[in-house]
Amino acid sequence: MNQVPVAEGIFTWPADDPQLIGGRCTDCGLVTFPTQSSCPRCSSTGMTEHLLARRGRLWAWTTQSFPPPSPPYKGAVGAEFQPFAVGYVELGGEVKVETRLTTADPDELEIGMPMELAITPFGTAEDGGEIMTFAFTPAVDEAGQ
Amino acid sequence: MDDVAIVGVGLHPFGRFPGVTGIQMGAVATRAALADAGVEWRDIQFAFGGSYEVDNPDAVVSLLGLTGIPFTDVYNGCATAASALTQAANTIRLGDYDLGIAIGMDKHLPGAFSADPEQYACPSWYGDLGHFITTKFFGMKINKYMHDHGISAQTLAKVAAKSYRNGALNPNAFRRKPLTEEQILESAMLNHPLTHYMFCSPDEGAAAVVLCRADRARNYTDTPIYLRASTVRTRRLGAFEVHSPWLPIEETEGPTVDASRAAYEMAGIGPEDVDVIQLQDTDAGAEVIHLAENGFCKDGDQEALVADGALEIGGALPTNTDGGLIANGEPIGASGLRQIHEVVLQLRGTAGERQVPGSPKVGYTQLYGAPGTAGVSIVSR
Repeated sequence: MNQVPVAEGIFTWPADDPQLIGGRCTDCGLVTFPTQSSCPRCSSTGMTEHLLARRGRLWAWTTQSFPPPSPPYKGAVGAEFQPFAVGYVELGGEVKVETRLTTADPDELEIGMPMELAITPFGTAEDGGEIMTFAFTPAVDEAGQ
Repeated sequence: MDDVAIVGVGLHPFGRFPGVTGIQMGAVATRAALADAGVEWRDIQFAFGGSYEVDNPDAVVSLLGLTGIPFTDVYNGCATAASALTQAANTIRLGDYDLGIAIGMDKHLPGAFSADPEQYACPSWYGDLGHFITTKFFGMKINKYMHDHGISAQTLAKVAAKSYRNGALNPNAFRRKPLTEEQILESAMLNHPLTHYMFCSPDEGAAAVVLCRADRARNYTDTPIYLRASTVRTRRLGAFEVHSPWLPIEETEGPTVDASRAAYEMAGIGPEDVDVIQLQDTDAGAEVIHLAENGFCKDGDQEALVADGALEIGGALPTNTDGGLIANGEPIGASGLRQIHEVVLQLRGTAGERQVPGSPKVGYTQLYGAPGTAGVSIVSR
């Protein structure tokens, strides 16, 4: 099936090891996600693309048990709606990214747990293709825990 | 500061009113505030009007009288009413006018608020994916706060149950039926750990506040309430805020803390002096967090304070005595002026069944909302 990203320029894909595409301020070093044209810390307009770490730790999370208002939400609503979880994952000591999580089970989510980037199906495009999004999934950390 | 006084407050009840427009509710609240102050609309020298849904709150003059006064509309998210009040007070301080009014009105559809993410400087995909919704921010914030500071879900239920109890004592409230902690905990889980009955709802209503130069206050009332401080602040980098696709590693306190500190300094009053408190309880967790953010306790102390009944009308920190947003709902433009209405009644000693005992002297109100804006007001007898 034809697969398309939910938006261009937010993750490298297709790729063996996809990465989120952030921005980095050339003056103060602040890292943002996604890229933006100016720095919200020092107001500089010198921003460059900066690929983010694929792994990190869960900083905060909740579940979304009812369909968000549509528009703007473009996922399935009504009987087709699948509850999902969202959270912030801290990546490489550089930035915390808000993201869907691949499990919506509160028993499987814990602040501080290791997480890894995954590119997952989100919905169906108008041409029948599959819309792909970034998400984070529980991972085994470097210490094997 | 003690240069501005509140001499009249008025409310259109909060709830659902089919067939009544937001503008009409604004006129009802205004007439109630004018009557409370003992003045006529033609005496009012300037006005500020706040609303989210009503494009031009100043159109209320069609229902009140076309007197030609300067009437400025403000919109500032959930801090809209605090902004209208602050601007009205500052207009009196400038010395050009002696008597003015702040009016708030709104009429929202049921369900969570929605908007175009790009109007909030967010990418459109953020909305496509379902991130552009405020309720999940509040879920994440209290979930993390509970993890960090040892707050239980039972405490959230106790806070919500208190709001419904207080709402039952308030004839102007939207939700007037007491709910048990079990009913609250067992209602549908919306954003873990927040259940349906732990959230407020967008609804309809209006409120108005008449202000004057403090040295003229006794011309209008025997019980002037002085506006000692009114502040608005926005988020700094590192605050954990709604509608944020990312956050920096560095962490800082939110705009409520900044607005609160500025208000205490302006008023020359500390949290230990406050007798009655109105906090933004978009959800029960927000009330818990805001207790600490406004200086009324340390992070984590809420667990014991709530268990001991400190937030009850007869407690040490009477909070959301009229049922707060949970029992009143949130017509954005009016919500903060509803808080002022409540603390004015409490300080006058006319709050009826929900009157805080002991002749309260100092009242405190706080608003918080998207995209990271807070407002705080402090009033005293």
